Amino acid sequence: MNMAIRVFLLLLIIFSSMYPTLCIYEDQVGHMDWHQQYIGKVKHAVFHTQKAARKRVVVSTEENVVASLDLRRGEIFWRHVLGPKDVIDALDIALGKYVITLSSGGTILRAWNLPDGQMMWESTLSGSTPSMSLLSVPTNLKIGKDDVVFVYGSGCLYAVASIDGEVIWKKELTSEGVHIQQLIYPDGTDIIYAVGLAGLTQFDAYQINVKTGELLKHSSMVFPAGFSGDLSFITSDIAVTLDSTGSILVAVHFQDGEISFHQTQVSELGWDFSGPAVLLLTKLPGMFALEINKSIVFIKVTNEGKLEVVDKLGQSTAVSESLNLSEGQQAFGLIQRGDGKIFLSVKLGSDWTSNLLQETIQMDYQRGNAHKVFINTYVRTDRSNGFRALIVMEDHSLFLLQQGEIVWSREDGLASITDVMASELPVEKDGVSVAKVEHNLFEWLKGHLLKLKGTLMIATPDDVAAIQKLRLQSSEKSKMTRDHNGFRKLLIVLTRAGKLFALHTGDGRIVWSLFLDSLRKSETCQNPRGLSLHQWQDPHHHVLDENPSVLVVGRCDHSTDSPGVLSVVDTYTGQERNHLGPTHSITRVIPLPFTDSAEQRLHLLLDVNRQAHLYPRTTEALDIFQRELGNIYWYSADVDKGILKGHAVQNNCILKIADSYCFNTRDLWSIILPSESEKIIATATRNLNEAVHTQAKVTSDQEVMYKYISKNLLFLATVAPKAVGPVGSVTPEESWLVVYVIDTVTGRILHRMTHHGSQGPVQAVFSENWVVYHYFNLKAHRYEMSVIEIYDQSRSDNKDILKLLLGKHNLTSPITAYSRPEVIAKSQSYFFTHSVKTLAVTSTAKGITSKQLLLGTIGDQVLALDKRFLDPRRTVNPTQAEKEEGIIPLTDSLPIIPQSYVTHALKVEGLRGIATVPAKLESTTLVFAYGVDLFFTRLAPSRTYDSLTEDFSYALLLITIAALVIAIFVTWIWSEKKELQEKWR
Amino acid sequence: MRTRYSSSLAFLFLSILLVNLSLFVSNSFAFQSDEFLADDEEFGIEGGRTPDPAVPTQPVSSPPSVRKRSSDLVSDPDSKFQFSLEHAFGDSDFSPAGTFSARLRTWSHGGQTLTKLRFSRNGLSETEKENFKKLLEGDDFYRIRVPSNVLTPPGREYIVSSVKARCLPRDGLDEHFMIHMEGVNILAVNYGSPGSCPYPRQLKIPAKWSFKSHTVLKNSEQAPRTPVFTEEVVGENAEGELPPPERSFWAKYWMYLIPLGLIVMNAITQAMNMAEEPGTGTGQPGAQTQQAVAGVQRGQTNAVRRR
Repeated sequence: MNMAIRVFLLLLIIFSSMYPTLCIYEDQVGHMDWHQQYIGKVKHAVFHTQKAARKRVVVSTEENVVASLDLRRGEIFWRHVLGPKDVIDALDIALGKYVITLSSGGTILRAWNLPDGQMMWESTLSGSTPSMSLLSVPTNLKIGKDDVVFVYGSGCLYAVASIDGEVIWKKELTSEGVHIQQLIYPDGTDIIYAVGLAGLTQFDAYQINVKTGELLKHSSMVFPAGFSGDLSFITSDIAVTLDSTGSILVAVHFQDGEISFHQTQVSELGWDFSGPAVLLLTKLPGMFALEINKSIVFIKVTNEGKLEVVDKLGQSTAVSESLNLSEGQQAFGLIQRGDGKIFLSVKLGSDWTSNLLQETIQMDYQRGNAHKVFINTYVRTDRSNGFRALIVMEDHSLFLLQQGEIVWSREDGLASITDVMASELPVEKDGVSVAKVEHNLFEWLKGHLLKLKGTLMIATPDDVAAIQKLRLQSSEKSKMTRDHNGFRKLLIVLTRAGKLFALHTGDGRIVWSLFLDSLRKSETCQNPRGLSLHQWQDPHHHVLDENPSVLVVGRCDHSTDSPGVLSVVDTYTGQERNHLGPTHSITRVIPLPFTDSAEQRLHLLLDVNRQAHLYPRTTEALDIFQRELGNIYWYSADVDKGILKGHAVQNNCILKIADSYCFNTRDLWSIILPSESEKIIATATRNLNEAVHTQAKVTSDQEVMYKYISKNLLFLATVAPKAVGPVGSVTPEESWLVVYVIDTVTGRILHRMTHHGSQGPVQAVFSENWVVYHYFNLKAHRYEMSVIEIYDQSRSDNKDILKLLLGKHNLTSPITAYSRPEVIAKSQSYFFTHSVKTLAVTSTAKGITSKQLLLGTIGDQVLALDKRFLDPRRTVNPTQAEKEEGIIPLTDSLPIIPQSYVTHALKVEGLRGIATVPAKLESTTLVFAYGVDLFFTRLAPSRTYDSLTEDFSYALLLITIAALVIAIFVTWIWSEKKELQEKWR
Repeated sequence: MRTRYSSSLAFLFLSILLVNLSLFVSNSFAFQSDEFLADDEEFGIEGGRTPDPAVPTQPVSSPPSVRKRSSDLVSDPDSKFQFSLEHAFGDSDFSPAGTFSARLRTWSHGGQTLTKLRFSRNGLSETEKENFKKLLEGDDFYRIRVPSNVLTPPGREYIVSSVKARCLPRDGLDEHFMIHMEGVNILAVNYGSPGSCPYPRQLKIPAKWSFKSHTVLKNSEQAPRTPVFTEEVVGENAEGELPPPERSFWAKYWMYLIPLGLIVMNAITQAMNMAEEPGTGTGQPGAQTQQAVAGVQRGQTNAVRRR
C-alpha cells in the first residue's frame, strides 16, 4: 500500500513538473499562436517576368514596405519594412537584378538584390530644398563602364551608378525655385530633359548632358494666367496642364528648347463639360485624363497638337500606366466597376475603340472600387500577347487577374489596423450539430497513443511529425462556438481603409469582413476614415438571444470638426444593423458604465462645440442618463496650450431643433501647465474593463496596504519644450520630465514628480494602482523605466481586528472623489536596455493572476516582463520575509530574459499596438500584437495553475491509474500471503 | 603644510555652507503647510451684518503697488505680494472671495518660490448666502479660481477648481486648498472639504456662515534616482566571499571535534576503570551492563516479533 502511494506521489510530481508555460518548446510554435504577414496598400509595382525562373512582382506600399511577391501564388519571397518616416517615393528594377527604391523625400537611394532581397548598396543624396523625388532608370545607358540611374531629389539631379550606388555627377536645379516634375530620357540620346514649373506661372525645361551633368540649355516661358500645378506628360516633348481656374487646357511643346503653349477651353471639347476640371496623373500613350463632374474624360493629343475627347467613363475607373509591347506599340489597362463584378480591358495606345483583352471577373461588393491597376504581358502558348493585371482595391486588398480569373488575392488591408476589440463567439446550442471533435474512439485512442509516445520519447520522427500535425490541425481551436476556457473569440479589427474584419483567435482566419457603407467615399463624405471601435451591446445576462454588436465611429475628413459617422455592426453575422451620419463632429467617445434593458451600452459623444450627445437615442437610455447625470465627469487635454480641463454635463442644448439627447457641458476644473517649462507628450489611463481582484495587499510583516483604485486616474507626462525633439537634441541640464497622476473628477494632482535630465519619447501603461513608464535618461545615456504605485492611507488604520469585529471600520464606506485623498505614492526607477515602441499589460478575467508588462521592442518583438521587477518595494537586501513575499532584490537594470519573448523567433514588422483580452480561464490572457504583421498568442503570466495543458496525455493518466490499481491488488495479495505465512510460523 | 591646513579649513567652511544650503533647499521642497489660524472675529459675520465684499477684512496695501514691487524682485529677495481668490455659485460669474498673501523668495540659482502663504477670506454677503443655499439645495458646484501666474495675474488663464457645495458644510464651512506651484506659476488648486464627502450627499445647512480655511502649498518633488550598483555589486561579491572566515572554529570542525571528544572521554573512563579494577566492586557494574545489553536484545526481538 505504502509503495503504491509513493509511486502515485512520484508520478504526480513528474506530471506537475511537466507543464512548460513560461516559455514554450520548439515544437509548440504555432500550437496556440499564429502569425500573419502582410505588406499594406500597394503604391508601386514592377513585374519581373522575363528570363526569370520564378516570376515575381516587386511592390512598395503605403506601410513603407518593399516586397517581392510570387506571381503564381502571391506569397512573399522577401520583404523589408522601412521606418515609419522612410516613405518610398519610387521603385524600379535596374540591371535586371537590382530593385532600386528612392525614399525619405528623395534622399535615400537603395538597391536590393532581386532574388533574395539583400541590400546591395545605399546612397544618401544630400540636398538642400525639399522637392518632388523622381527616379528614372534608362534601359541602355552607360557612362564610362557603369549603367546609371537618374534621381531627382531635394532639388538636385544625380546620376548614380547602378552597380554600386556611387554618385557620378550631381547638378543642382533649384536656381529659380523650379519644381521639376518629370525626367525624360529619350533612348539612345545624350540628353536628359528635366521639366517642371516655377511658381505656377513659368514652364521650365532643362537639357542636361547625361555623361557629364553639364547644363546644355535652360529654356523657360511664362504663362501669365498661371498653372494649376500638375503636368501630365503625353510624349517626350508634349506636356498638358490646366490653368489655375481649371477651365483651360494648356498643351506645352518643348522640343529642343523651344517652348510653345496651345490653349484650349475645356468647354470647347464638346460633351458639354461644366465645372472645374482636375488633371489626373496618368502615363498613357498619347493621352491624358481629366476628372470633370465626377467622371473621367480621356483626351487624345493628335500629332498636330489638337485635343480630341476619346471617352468618358465613371469616376470609379482605374487606369494603369502604359506598357511597352513589341513593335513599338503601347498598351494600358482599364478597370471598371460593375455590379458585383469588375471589367478589365486592355487597349492599345493608338486605338481606343478595340480591346486587346476584355474580361469580366466576379468581385465581392465588400472590396469597393479598384484604386490601382498594374498590367504585365506574357506570351501565350499561341504566341499572342497575354495580359495579367495586379489590382489594388479600395479596401487595400491585392488581386492578380489572369485569363478572367482571380489567380490569388491578399488581404493587405490588415496591415493597417487602427483599432481592435474582442467579441465572444456564439454559445454552442443543442440541436445544432457542431462538428464532432473526435471522429471516433479509434482515432481518439490513436491520437493519444501518439502523444503518449511523444511524452515517453519513443516516437519516431514520423510520429513526431504526425503529433505536430495533430496539434496544429486540432479542429477544437478553430470551432465557431464559445469554449469552456474562453480561448476562442473573435477579434474585431478596424483598418485604415474603413473595413471591419473578424478574425478567429484559433487560427487567425477571417470569419467575416465588412466594408462599411458609411466609411466609403460618397458625395456627403469625401474622405472618410474609421476612428475607433466600441462595445455597443454585449449580452450576457437576460438577453442572450441577442447578438453582440460593436459601434464603429468614423469621421468624414481629417480635421476634428468634420462630420462624424456611426454604425452598429453585429459581430456574429458581420451585418450592419444601422448607421447614422454624417452627423455632428466627434472628438471623443465616452462609453458610460450603464446599459439599458437590451444591454446596449450608453455612449456619450462629444463634438467640437463642446456639446455631448447621448447614444443610443431611446427614451430608456435618456431616463438612465438623467438619473446619473450628476455623476458623469470627463476631462479634455489641450496639448498645444498645455491645459487640462474637467467637464460635466449641464443641461439640454438650446438648438433650433429641440434635441433631448444633446447636452451642454460645463468646465469644473482646470490645470494649466506653464508653457515655458512643460509640454504634454504622453498620457495613459486605466482600461475601463480591467478587473481588480483585491484592494488589499498584505506585506511580509503582516501589514495591509490598500491600493488606491480609481477608474478616474490619469497619468500625464510633460517635458521641457526644448526636449520635445529626438534624443540628443538637448543637454541634460535643460531637459526634464515631469509626471503627474491626476484624478479626473476633481482635478486633484495626486502625485507630481520631476525626473531631471530625462526626456521622451514616453510610453506609459496604467493598471490597477500603478503606472509604468519608459523614457530616456540623458545623464545616464540609457533608457529607463519607472513605476509609481499609489496606496490609500485613509484605510490603512483598519488593521485592528477588534475594531473590525465591532464594525468600527471604514471599509464599507463608499469611495468618493470629493473626499480629500490621503494617498502615498511609491516610486522606483530602473535602467532598461531597449527602446520601446508600445507598452501594454496582461489582463485576466478576475485579476487574480499576477501581471506581466508587454513591451513592443524596437526590433518589433513583444517581450514579457514580470511586474514583480517593477515593484517600488524592492530593496537591495530584502529580508527573509520579503523574499518569501516574492520581492526580488533590487538591481539597477531590468533583466531581459531571452525565453520571455512572447513572439519567440518571429517579428511583428512595423509593430504599432498590443491588445490584451482576458480569457475565461483566470490564468490565461490572450495577446494580439499588430503592425504590418499580426501575431496572436496566449499567455499565462503565473503559469497555467488552473488547467492541464492541451497536450496532456489522458491515456498516460489512465494507464497509470490502471497500473496503480493492479499494483494495489498485487501488493495486497502479497501482504495477505505474507501475513498468513507469519501466522503459521 | 600651512596651505593644506587653510584649504581644509576652507573646505570645512564650504561644507558647512553646503549643509546649510541643502537644509534650506530641502525645507523649501517639503510641504509648506501654513494653516491659517482662522479667527472668527476677523470675518465679522456672526452678527449677520452684511459686510461690503469689496472691502477686505485684513488691512493690506492695494494690489497695484504690490505688483510694482514685484517687478524689481532681484534686489529684494523677499517680497510680499498677494493674489485674489474668486468664487462662483453654480454657473454664475466669478466675484472676489478672498486674498492670498505670500512672500516671494528668490533663490541664488534663479528660482523663485512662495513662502509664508496666508489666506484671508471675505465674509459672505446676504446674496451670496442665498446663492450658497441654492447650491446646497440643488447639489450644485461651488467654484473657485485663482490666477495661473501669481506675479502677473491672471497669467495665461485662471485655474478653476470646483466642489459639490454639499461637501463643504460642517459646523461652519470647511475648505481645504492644496496649491501646486512650479516657481511662480500655479499649476492646479485641489479644492475641497478636509474630510470625506460620500455620495449620496446629505443636505446640511451650516450653523455658521463663515469659512474655515486650510491652505497647503506644494512644490515639485524630485523623482528618486535610479540606483547605480556597479561598485556596490563588487562590494557585495567581496562580502559573499568573506563569510567563511567568520564562522567559528567550532562551527567548522564540530564533526571532527565531537568524535575526538568522545574518544577522549572514552579513553578517560577506560583509564579510570583500569585504575579502579584492582578495587572491590568490580563484578557489579559488569553484570549490570550485561543485563542492560540483554534487555536491549530482548526488546529488539520483541519488536521484531511484533512486526
